[in-house]
Amino acid sequence: MKSTAHAFKDNVGEALRDTNLQQSLSIMKVGFVERRRGAVERMPEFEALRDRARDIKNHALAHLDFYLERFEQKVLALGGHVHWAPTAEDARRIVLDLCQQANARTVAKSKSMIAEEIGLNEHLEAHGIAPIETDLGEYIIQLRQEPPSHIIAPAVHLTKDQVADTFHEHHSKLGFTRRLTERNDLVAEARHVLRQKFQQADVGITGANFLVAETGSSMLVTNEGNADLSNTLPKTHIVIASIEKVIPTLEDAATLLRVLARSATGQEWSSYTTFNTGPKRSGDPDGPQAYHVVLLDNGRSNVLGSEMQDMLRCIRCGACMNHCPVYGAIGGHAYGWVYPGPIGAVLDPQLLGLEEAGNLPNASTFCGRCESVCPVRIPLPKLMRHWREREFEHHLTPPTVRKALGLWAFLAKRPKLYRAATGIANRALALFGRAEGRYDALPLAGGWTRHRDMPAPQAGGTFHAQWKARGGATR
Amino acid sequence: MRSPTRPGTGLDVALFVTCLVDMFRPSVGFAAAKLLEDAGCRVVVPDAQTCCGQPGYNSGDRADAIAIARQVIEAFEGYDYVVVPSGSCGGMISHHYPALFADEPAMKARAEKLASRTHELTGFLVDVLGVAPTPTRCDATVTYHDSCSGLRELGVKAQPRQLLAGVEGVKLVEMTGAEICCGFGGTFCVKYPDISNAMLDDKVADIAATGAGTLLAGDLGCLLNMAGKLQREGRPVKVRHVAEVIAGMTDEPAIGEPAP
Repeated sequence: MKSTAHAFKDNVGEALRDTNLQQSLSIMKVGFVERRRGAVERMPEFEALRDRARDIKNHALAHLDFYLERFEQKVLALGGHVHWAPTAEDARRIVLDLCQQANARTVAKSKSMIAEEIGLNEHLEAHGIAPIETDLGEYIIQLRQEPPSHIIAPAVHLTKDQVADTFHEHHSKLGFTRRLTERNDLVAEARHVLRQKFQQADVGITGANFLVAETGSSMLVTNEGNADLSNTLPKTHIVIASIEKVIPTLEDAATLLRVLARSATGQEWSSYTTFNTGPKRSGDPDGPQAYHVVLLDNGRSNVLGSEMQDMLRCIRCGACMNHCPVYGAIGGHAYGWVYPGPIGAVLDPQLLGLEEAGNLPNASTFCGRCESVCPVRIPLPKLMRHWREREFEHHLTPPTVRKALGLWAFLAKRPKLYRAATGIANRALALFGRAEGRYDALPLAGGWTRHRDMPAPQAGGTFHAQWKARGGATR
Repeated sequence: MRSPTRPGTGLDVALFVTCLVDMFRPSVGFAAAKLLEDAGCRVVVPDAQTCCGQPGYNSGDRADAIAIARQVIEAFEGYDYVVVPSGSCGGMISHHYPALFADEPAMKARAEKLASRTHELTGFLVDVLGVAPTPTRCDATVTYHDSCSGLRELGVKAQPRQLLAGVEGVKLVEMTGAEICCGFGGTFCVKYPDISNAMLDDKVADIAATGAGTLLAGDLGCLLNMAGKLQREGRPVKVRHVAEVIAGMTDEPAIGEPAP
């Protein structure tokens, strides 16, 4: 998808005016939080598991080359194929080649953020191959030609009524002419339509939650079982995953699974957990004849060993955005690219460049709620601050902000001058604000007073002036 | 001599007032000083303090943040404790200063030493001194907002509530979402005013739903933000720093209220 991260402030304005979005967000920002809280309360060892999950990912990242090679050897030994894609363009080309070799006309796709990252659907469509999204949320937004607004709940920005309208519009031509209003009826209708598409698909494409080096398995969780149909019915199964998804062992996968669903949806387990381990073997009742894994780098290896490495621990549970008050106010589309919320604010500048995505790590209060729920303890505020530091170093900070900061720092480093300046400001603000106790407009403070009053200082001078006048100790 | 009511006897405590308290609400600084003095501490306000450096630090201006941190470390060394009536500035000194000097071992050691002695006010009174403040009275139904840095960096949650429970006449009604950010975020609220406002709308609705007549918190930035919105909307909620109530210093007009 084409990024609009540079237009973040315009996107925000649009999001705040969108009443359907605001209605959806008001439900979403309470529901996910409550469900996670319940799941964590039912598991006393949850905090210790977060430490273990962090350690597993740190270990895997420290030995990433080793585990990737081991994973590749295992997949080859199983009769599968591994393709290395340094860039998004490479990954698109590889997947298209594989689809064309399979003479594919339709492709069943299970939800994959990597497919979004590389813009796979558009690429396949441009070459006459129809990708069919089989995850319900992805299917809905595919019909509406929208990008996902959340990494695990792609259609979370929509109300039920909007979905009803979308289905009515698109399913009428398939013979489903009644506009449905009940949630279960909508799901049943989508299931019916999708089931036919699964049977027509020549290739199945899935993402992966983890790649297990020990066994060569790619592992996937869903709540709809759509991945299992995507990878068993078609003759060719293509897994697309980024390199940091590899972990050493099945036991590690078990540990990570214990924190994944709890953090994401508050479930103990997702409904379906599937390990794909190579193509169909003789004697297997089903499975694909050809099994391919496309491993995407797309700049991730540059992050290894840098102060930003922690971002690669992410297991894509979505807890950071579920708990983020900024995401809760504006939703995912406002971020302007594939990954929204706090993890997007850290990943997107890496993948798109700071010039394009510089607003994202700035649009945070550093409230720390994301870090407090991250199952692999990614210090998201710290990483956002690192982006701000790089922005400042490269003079990408807006000039007005830079000037204001310069003046503040000049004074803050000179206590005597600072005292004089704050003394004057304090007296002026206290004097003119005395009658009302506050200001409804102030020069240079429009950002503040647009939405709220500015309380006036108390009368009597600054604290330091009063402390001195009272003879308080200063040393 | 230390006594149960004056466990701070013999301690030299440096008060880091914070730039916002200095400028907007000196009564918070005097309330903090009173609470510390009542506990027996000798309170010192080092003259060379201005700001903790967060505006620069959080805007990517690491060099100025380091320069200011150095100034604070130099001014606040040599006291038994440093106490801050703010979780945000307290967290800056106790969590972030050591990280600023990662490449400078001697300064890092000094930063760590200072960090280990620096406390948010209510945390210091309860966790370090274990003090029950001088009995006081305030007839008010209050609700309490947990400011983010104090809560998540310093674990300030039970301490202010414990101290409020000791104030006669105070009835605490918890709000939904007390731990959710109010939308202040330092420079965030002026850089992204519309997002800030949307967050503040939720917060003000949660405050109003409690029916409490007074809103308390431990950070002046959040308090100015919430007071400004409550008053813009004409909601009759008085806003104060928790230290003023615990110290029995509620005779001053509340934040944003006209002087008599």
